[in-house]
Formats: sequence, structure tokens, C-alpha cells
Amino acid sequence: MAAAAARLASRQSPISKLLRRPLLPSCISSGLRHLSDQATPITVETSVPFVGHKCEPPSREVETTPGELMGFFREMAMMRRMEIAADSLYKAKLIRGFCHLYDGQEAVAVGMEAAITRKDAIITAYRDHCIFLGRGGSLVETFAELMGRRAGCSNGKGGSMHFYKKDSGFYGGHGIVGAQVPLGCGLAFAQKYLKEGTVTFAMYGDGAANQGQLFEALNISALWDLPVILVCENNHYGMGTAEWRAAKSPAYYKRGDYVPGLKVDGMDALAVKQACKFAKEHALKNGPLILEMDTYRYHGHSMSDPGSTYRTRDEISGVRQERDPIERVRKLILSHEIASAAELKDIEKELRKEVDDAIAQAKECPMPDPSELFTDVFVKGCGAEMKTCQRCVAALGCLSEPASCCSSTKE
Amino acid sequence: MIGSDYSDPLNGRRQERKGRRLHFTQQKFPDSAGDTNRELADRHFLLPRGLPRIPPTPPPLLFCSSLCACCSASNAPPRRVQEKMWGLVRQASGSGAFNASMLGQSFRRVLPAVAGLQRGYSTAVKEVGVADDCCILGVAEYLVLLFIMGSFVLLQVSNECWGRGELVTILFLDALRKSHSLKMTVRDALNSALDEEMAADPKVFLMGEEVGEYQGAYKITKSLLEKFGPERVLDTPITEAGFTGIGVGAAYYGLRPVVEFMTFNFSMQAIDHIINSAAKMNYMSAGEIPVPIVFRGPNGAAAGVSSQHSQCYAAWYAHVPGLKVLSPYSSEDARGLLKAAIRDPDPVVFLENEILYGQSFPVSDEVLDSSFCLPIGKAKIEREGKDVTITAFSKMVGYALQAADVLSKEGISAEVINLRSLRPLDRETINASVRKTNRLVSVEEGFPQHGVGAEICASVVEESFEYLDAPVERVAGADVPMPYASNLERLAVPQVDNIVNAVKRACYRSVRMAAAA
Repeated sequence: MAAAAARLASRQSPISKLLRRPLLPSCISSGLRHLSDQATPITVETSVPFVGHKCEPPSREVETTPGELMGFFREMAMMRRMEIAADSLYKAKLIRGFCHLYDGQEAVAVGMEAAITRKDAIITAYRDHCIFLGRGGSLVETFAELMGRRAGCSNGKGGSMHFYKKDSGFYGGHGIVGAQVPLGCGLAFAQKYLKEGTVTFAMYGDGAANQGQLFEALNISALWDLPVILVCENNHYGMGTAEWRAAKSPAYYKRGDYVPGLKVDGMDALAVKQACKFAKEHALKNGPLILEMDTYRYHGHSMSDPGSTYRTRDEISGVRQERDPIERVRKLILSHEIASAAELKDIEKELRKEVDDAIAQAKECPMPDPSELFTDVFVKGCGAEMKTCQRCVAALGCLSEPASCCSSTKE
Repeated sequence: MIGSDYSDPLNGRRQERKGRRLHFTQQKFPDSAGDTNRELADRHFLLPRGLPRIPPTPPPLLFCSSLCACCSASNAPPRRVQEKMWGLVRQASGSGAFNASMLGQSFRRVLPAVAGLQRGYSTAVKEVGVADDCCILGVAEYLVLLFIMGSFVLLQVSNECWGRGELVTILFLDALRKSHSLKMTVRDALNSALDEEMAADPKVFLMGEEVGEYQGAYKITKSLLEKFGPERVLDTPITEAGFTGIGVGAAYYGLRPVVEFMTFNFSMQAIDHIINSAAKMNYMSAGEIPVPIVFRGPNGAAAGVSSQHSQCYAAWYAHVPGLKVLSPYSSEDARGLLKAAIRDPDPVVFLENEILYGQSFPVSDEVLDSSFCLPIGKAKIEREGKDVTITAFSKMVGYALQAADVLSKEGISAEVINLRSLRPLDRETINASVRKTNRLVSVEEGFPQHGVGAEICASVVEESFEYLDAPVERVAGADVPMPYASNLERLAVPQVDNIVNAVKRACYRSVRMAAAA
């Protein structure tokens, strides 16, 4: 009742809209905009209300600033551009093996980053390129890793599914469906043990939402009050299986039972930001929470999946037209006159160039040295396993000293 | 071959083959990277202050040699030796300072009970039950001791070398004391190791079923909850996949978890986290995310627990690059290897044995020291021999030693290697031993196919083929799920007789089965 009343009160009336228009002519205001208006708070209503399970959902009104909206646009456009470029690289056979693309889901990555710090931890599954970027990873590192070059974030030894950036609190990058959820609860355990006052966001998909280990970890997290937030990125298809075919109860935010949950429009970056802020406060006080992000992926499950055998092209294009996260932010920017359409187009052109440059740079990078086959197996090698290495090394004609094999080269 | 009955156990094959065979001490193996471990290769443990250990010389020999040194009163030992001897004395006294009444102190050394109480070593000593477990000198030895000490007193007074005479006494008595050391059960060894490592590093914590309030399903973690509190000793629900994943995640962040599996049979529920989340992570992340975790628990057959609770997982885990796999036998192994595992920055699978938990083994003072640590990747030669090499790990080491005793009565001298570390496997020690003895029998409790013995055999065939005088024999558990009936269970697990027979087969001499029955 109170929530409904609040909504009524805040609905934008024509008068309030008028009051929000800038008083100065637009040419002058565009000059001023970059100086002082970047931090002016704007209140935006989320597309749909939040739905809570055993918790009071947060308000639909989200505080943002022009600077933040521009940041969202830039980030999401960069992520979109990167994923499309990865698609082309895969078809050109420069990327091998697996490639799971995130385009359509950018709002989740970007909204989450806006609500948390780099001290909070994020862990996700294999659709990790954009989360890595959001955590501070560079384009060159991303493309180099995808193409298996030494300059990649995992020195070319991980591949698409194994991006990590520990100094920014990004713990990967995991290929086994559902495994990242107990791992994320473990990260939260450590944060609580060390009394850091930070939280972990453990992301998983609707396909992983039925995994037993998830419920085991959730049980322990609730028992021990761990500051973990389970984020279900519900893109409605677990590989080729629709959610209604895989889960008896596809209301994933309710699946925690005794653990509170929140359903969020995952295509609205501001809604995601609001939900993550709410979740962080909740987790630090009351223990685990489940966030279900209602989102969508335009590509198939991976590059080997066309993505249209289990869903119609109309559905895909329909979502792209109505709910695309970048378009939503673009409309917000244009309606609040933070930037013009031409300026936004310029930004996209600039990003395209940035991505192309990064790809060119990554293509120049060398492959890992053959001796790196044996590095980083252990942090502290014992010397005794050299014998097996010797055999393999001799077969490869490797010239490096056996002493450097098997031990970590990084500090 | 079976049936041949030559009096020479090696069938006259011990000829010199000039130009083809080097003595094993002359063998050069590729230099390995481990610096600290290299020093440790010759010893088997670290001494607190890096002092040399007295070799296990029989006391009478030491006495004679020191008596000779003493009698040549005009030839004082060189300064360096004197300093070393003082160091030994200080170490023996345990206090680092030379006390006035050395003779009195040295006399107390003879009684290990008092020695144990006096020293400020770890809590281990207090819990050992020193009075029950220590060995006391026999009467004859006691009288001899009194006589020697009496004669030394006279010698010292006459020689005016009070210091040297006392030193000799100390050395003699210390060697005597070392031959009658404290005993400790494997259970206490593990408990004390956990206790000390948790006290030393606040990042170490325990997690598992019944490790806290129940005091441990096998009482390994007894009293740790009281000491360290519920934040560091965590009872988990019966959800291996969940809590193992949580442990690995905590290790990603930088903590040092010790995850207990009630038995390793249940580790299969969590094996994805052990292998995919823990073992491979450092490699996949190119060193960015190390995983300093220990997975420990009893492995292999207990007694009468049937097939689902009796499997040995040594071969499973030792197969995986990125894991270190250790399997202790004695209390010394248990303490040293568990401490090494907890301190190690890599994921370690620590395979204990339920039957060994209650067994007592002698432990020296070095083992009881809180800084004691064994190197990972080094095997121990438990018993030297020259006719055949027997490799074993965990409980089978005890069986192999018993078999070696039986064999020595029949004129076969067996060298028993306690592997200690299954990954990395100490191929150097195994090969050096086989090059000396020319025959190999590997013993393990697990299933034979693709087992630890298969890897050892392959390693020896690849590297020491010319030195083998017989095919490698493997003694392993029967290739069946473990039965319950006690007679079948006994047949399914290797016994001492099986090892003896295998050795004899390797030596081309055996007794027909019917006659042996």
C-alpha cells in the first residue's frame, strides 16, 4: 500500500517534466553540461517494479547522474562491440573451442559495477568476458586471451572461460555449471572471516539454478550468515532448454525458500544497480539473498549454437526492439538531454575503433613459449616431478632450464 | 621362476658387468630445482637450529670412540669440533644455555619421562602420555651406565679436563637416550600438527563433518574447537559438494582451509571441486589464483565396512597434475607431512589410514618440535637392504616391514621404501634403490589396474631397465569391490604373506602354494 502510494506520488506529471527542462538554451547548456551537470542527480523510475520474496523490495526510484548514464552507455556499447567482434573472430577461426557471448545481458554487468566497489568480489560461470571488462580488464587482454596469446589475462592458458582478475575482485571464469556458486560462498566466507565488510556476488544462469551444490552452499551460507548474493541471470534458456522445461518452479528468486529473493528487470541497468545496492546492504546485515535478473541473450548458448532452433527469430528481434539495455540508456540520455544523438553515435564509432585497434594489437601478440606448458602447475614445485617434465620437454625440444618448470612464474 | 630351489637367492646373477653398471652412489640424476629440499634429501627432517644430527651410532661404539678422544688428553679436539660438540650439548639440554650441573642434567636425560616434561616443546608431549609410552632402560644397561659414569668422574678429576669428560658423558648419554625415545600415536601426531599450525597461522581453519563438537569422527580434531573457537573449527552439514566448494573459494581469497572428509569415499561427491576448482586453478589463471588448501581424511580399507567405504583413492588423485598427494605411515610422517601440507601454497590431498590412527610409533625430539616439517616429494628408506626393493605407502609400509623381517630369516635382504609422497613421486629414490637391488615389488592396498604400482613399474622400466633382473611384481588389493565377510575381506586386502611370496617370485625362488597353506 505504501509502495503504491509512493509510486503515485512520484509519477512524472507534465508539470514536473517541464520543471526539469534546462532553463538555458540547449547550445549553451551543452557547453555547461560537461562542467557542472555531470553530477546533478536525476531520478529515474525503473521499467517494472521489483518483486520481493520474504523481503521488502527497494523503491522503483533510482538516483543517477548524467555522468553515470554516460558511463553506462559507454561501457555497454564497448561490451556489445567486443562481443560482436569476438563473434567475427570465432568465425575467422582465430578463437577456438568455446566462446559464450554476453550481448543482450550487458546491463547486469554494468549495473552491478555501479553499485559495488572493487573490494567486493564477483564470480561467474563461462559467460565472463563482459564481467571481466567491467572489473577493469582491458580489451587487449581479453582478445589476446581469446586468441590464446601470451599477453592474455591468463597468459593464453585459460581461454574464453577462464578470465581472472584477483586484484579487482574478479574470481572468474568457471567451466563447470554451478561450481562457481559454492566457490562464491567460500569467497564470502573468507570476507567474513577476515572481517572485511565486503560482499561476494556469485552469478549463475537459469540452467545452473537447479544444481544441488547451489542449495548445499546456500544452506551453509544461510546457517553461517555469509555475505553472499546469488545472482541468477535468467536468460530463459539453459543452452537449448527453455526454463519451463528444466525447472518445476522457474521463479528462481523464490527458490531459496528461507533465503529472501528479489526479481529484477535485468535489461534495465538502473534497476540492476538499485537491486545490487539493496542486496549488498542486506547481505552485510542479514546474510544471503537471491537476485533474479530477468535478462536475455541475443546469441545462442555458444558459437556452435545458432540460437534459433529452440526460439523464434521474432522473439529475439522483439526483445531487441523493446528491451535492449543500450537503447534504454540512449533514450534516457536523449530525453534528459545529456548528449545528442550525434554525440552518442560518435562515441559508438570511437569504441568501434578502440575495439578494432585492440584486436589488431592482440593479433600481433606472440603465442606462449613452449616452456610455459610446464609453468604454474604448482606455486611451489618440488623438483622431484622434473623427471616427467624432462621427458616431455626433451620431446618438445624445449630449451629452457628444467629448474624453471612446474613452478609459478608470477609472484 | 616358481619351483626352482637354488640356495643362492639371486641365482648366481650377482656378477660384475663392467662398464655398464655404476654403483648407485655414483649415479647422477638431473639436478632438481628444490634448494631447501636438496639439503633435506640427505636428512629427513629439519632441525630447529640447523645443527647436525648425531648419526644413530650404537652407544658402545660412541663410548669407545669418545673414550679414545678423551684419553689422548694432550690432543684437544680442534676448535671447530669443540664448538660443534658444545652445540650438540646445548641442543641436547634443550635450553640453549650451558647449565652448571650438566652431569645432573645429563642423568635426567636418561629418563625420557622427566626429559619430556622438562622441555618446552609442543603440547604434543603433554598429550602423549609419557609415563605410559616411554621406554625405560633395562637393569643391565642401568648398571653399565652407573659404572661408566663413576669411571668418568675419576677420569675427569685426574685429567683436569672436566669439560671434555662431561662432554663425552653427555654425548654418550644423549645417544643412549635417543635410542629409547618417546612414542606417539598417529592420531596424536595429526592432532598436534593441526593444533600447532592453527596456532601459528590465523588463516588456517578446519572444516568438515563432526570436526568440532563431536571432537572428530576419529578424534583427530579433538579439543581444537575449545582451543580455537567455532569461527575456526567449523562443523558442516553432510554436503560434501557444498562445503568443499566453500573451502576452495575461501582458499581463492587467501585463507588456508583444511577440509576433512570423513572418509575419502565421500570425497567423490566433491571431486569436481578438488580437481576442477582446486587442482587446475593455478595453471588456468597463470599463477594469479593459487589454492592453498588441504583435503584430508582416512583412505582405503577399514575393517568390515564393505565396498562403498573401503576404496583407496591414491591412484585417482595422484593422477592429476596440480595436486600434491601425500600418504603418511608413522607418527613422524603424519606430523611432518601434515605440517608441510598446511604450509604448502598448493592444493594437497592428505590420505591417512583409519587403522593406523591408534598405532604408536617412536618419535624423537626433533619430530616433536613445532617447526618440524618433512619435504614433499621425498620418500624414506625405512629399511636398507640389498636383494629386493619393496615400495609401499601408508599401512602397507608396516606390512612390508614385517615381510622384510620374515624374508631376512630366509636370507633375502629387502629394502623397504616408504613412499610418503605419491605426487610428486620420488622416482629418484625408487630408481636408485632398484639400481642397487635389481628387483622391485610394489605394494598398495588399492585396486591393481592403473594403480600406484603401475606407475612405479613404468617409471623403473623407463629409467632402470638394464638394472632389472626380474619382472616387477605388484601386490595390490583384489580387483573386486570390497566384500564384507571377514574371510573374503582378508583375501581382498594384501597380507604379509602376499608380499613375501611376491618377493620370492621376484627372487626366482618360492615355495609352492600347496606347501605354504
